[in-house]
Parts: sequence; C-alpha cells; structure tokens
Amino acid sequence: MFPVTTAHYLFLSTALLIIGTVGVLTRRNIIVVLMSIELILNAVNINLVAFSNYLQNVNGQVFTIFVITDAAAEAAVGLGILIALFRNKETVHADEVDILRW
Amino acid sequence: MLLDSILFYAFAALILFSALMTITRRNVVYSAVWLINALVGVAGLYLLQGAEFLAGVQVIVYIGGIMVLFLFVIMLVPVNEESRQRRFAGQKWIAFLCSALLMVLLGYFLSQGADAFRLAESTPAPEIDVVTQNTETVGQVLFSEYLLPFELASILLLVAMIGAVVMAKGRTTES
Repeated sequence: MFPVTTAHYLFLSTALLIIGTVGVLTRRNIIVVLMSIELILNAVNINLVAFSNYLQNVNGQVFTIFVITDAAAEAAVGLGILIALFRNKETVHADEVDILRW
Repeated sequence: MLLDSILFYAFAALILFSALMTITRRNVVYSAVWLINALVGVAGLYLLQGAEFLAGVQVIVYIGGIMVLFLFVIMLVPVNEESRQRRFAGQKWIAFLCSALLMVLLGYFLSQGADAFRLAESTPAPEIDVVTQNTETVGQVLFSEYLLPFELASILLLVAMIGAVVMAKGRTTES
C-alpha cells in the first residue's frame, strides 16, 4: 500500500479512463463530451509518464508532448465544429443532431 | 517516501473526484472548472514523477490554452435554459457495459496481486539523474530522435488552426 509503485499509477489511469468513457457515452452536451475526451487523453498521459519513470526512459514524456499537441488540435477543431453546428441548428446536444443536411 | 505516498493519494483523490464532478454537473461552466481541477492534479502527478517540463506544459497548454478555449465556447453558446433539461443521453447500458468490462480487468489484476505488475524486472533502472535535468533531456530527445514527428505535429497544429477558423467563421460569401 505505502510504497507507491507503477501499478498504483496504472490503476489511477484506468479509473480515470472509466470515468471519461462513461462521460463520453452518457452526456448529451457536446462540450462535456469533448471534456471527457480530454479526461481520457489525460489517463493515457498518466500511463506514459508512469512507464517513463519506471523504465527511466524519457521517450514516454516525449510521447506525452505529442498527445497534448493532439489534444489541443482536437479541441480546436471540435469546438469549431460545435460553433458551426450551433449556428445552423441551435443545439449543443449530441442526440438532436440526427440529420445530414438542412 | 512517505511524503510521496501521501502526495500521490492526495492527487489521485483530487483527480478522481474532480473527474466525477466533471461528468455529472448540470452546468457546463462547473464542469469546465472541475476539469481544470483534475488537470492540476495530473500536473501534480507529473511533478511527483520527476517530469517537471511536462508539468509546466500541462499547466500552460491544457489549463491556459485548451480550457480557456472551452470556456470561450461555453460563453458563445447559451447554456442557461438548456442546463435545466435532461443531462444524459440514452446510452447508459453501453456505458455500464464498458465500465463493467474495465472493472473486470481491474479486478483480475487486483486478484493477481503485486506479481502481475512485476514486468521487466530484469531491466534495472540505470542511474541517470533524470530529475535534475528533465527539460534538457526531453529537449535533446525531441529535437534529435523525434525531429520528424515534431515537424509533423507543427503541420497538424497549422491544419487544425485553419480548419477551426474556417468552420467557426461560417459562410460570408454573399458579400
């Protein structure tokens, strides 16, 4: 229990991944869905840094930088899509977007 | 060592509680603020593991960049009337199934005990002082071994920036 090992970090990241998955699947608001995706990416980052620390190898941290880059790109494009969607359909709820054109 | 354990459990509790609050709050602004809390906890975990550069990147890019972008978009989209409506879509059973499968995985590893995680025991940790020169080491690896992915990431960011501007701008071709 007390010496914190890599396994502790793996359990924490799995729990965070579960919470993020539940958020993506259950919430209606697209903004919260995007935030849940950020939670999932952070779970991955915790894993990468934990193994980087365990193996004393800095490659995992470099991968984490790329994951953060992707998260920034994904958030920018996702929120751009959200604004375009709101301008056309006046909704931010995922289950009301059920047509291909209007 | 004891301090490390205490800090780990404190940050883990902060992250998990904030993540739970993020996906359950009715108001989207509260969700965003709780998500900022969770990201601060993750930055603390990076510090605890000797990744100081990543902790700084986490605070600057995630909290200073991405979350401010989220809050801007929340302000652009009216949420007050809609926050009273139904929060959850009808996918509870899929979510329950996914989380149950991951729980089974966790339970399996817990039942295996500590031996399940004794991977790569034969590779002893080389005594590189990663802690004191973390930023230097990351920079050297990033600009030598990962130079091509680094440039590709910059192109990705450029494409994402142009795409976001084009999509958020809308049609103004009439003028």
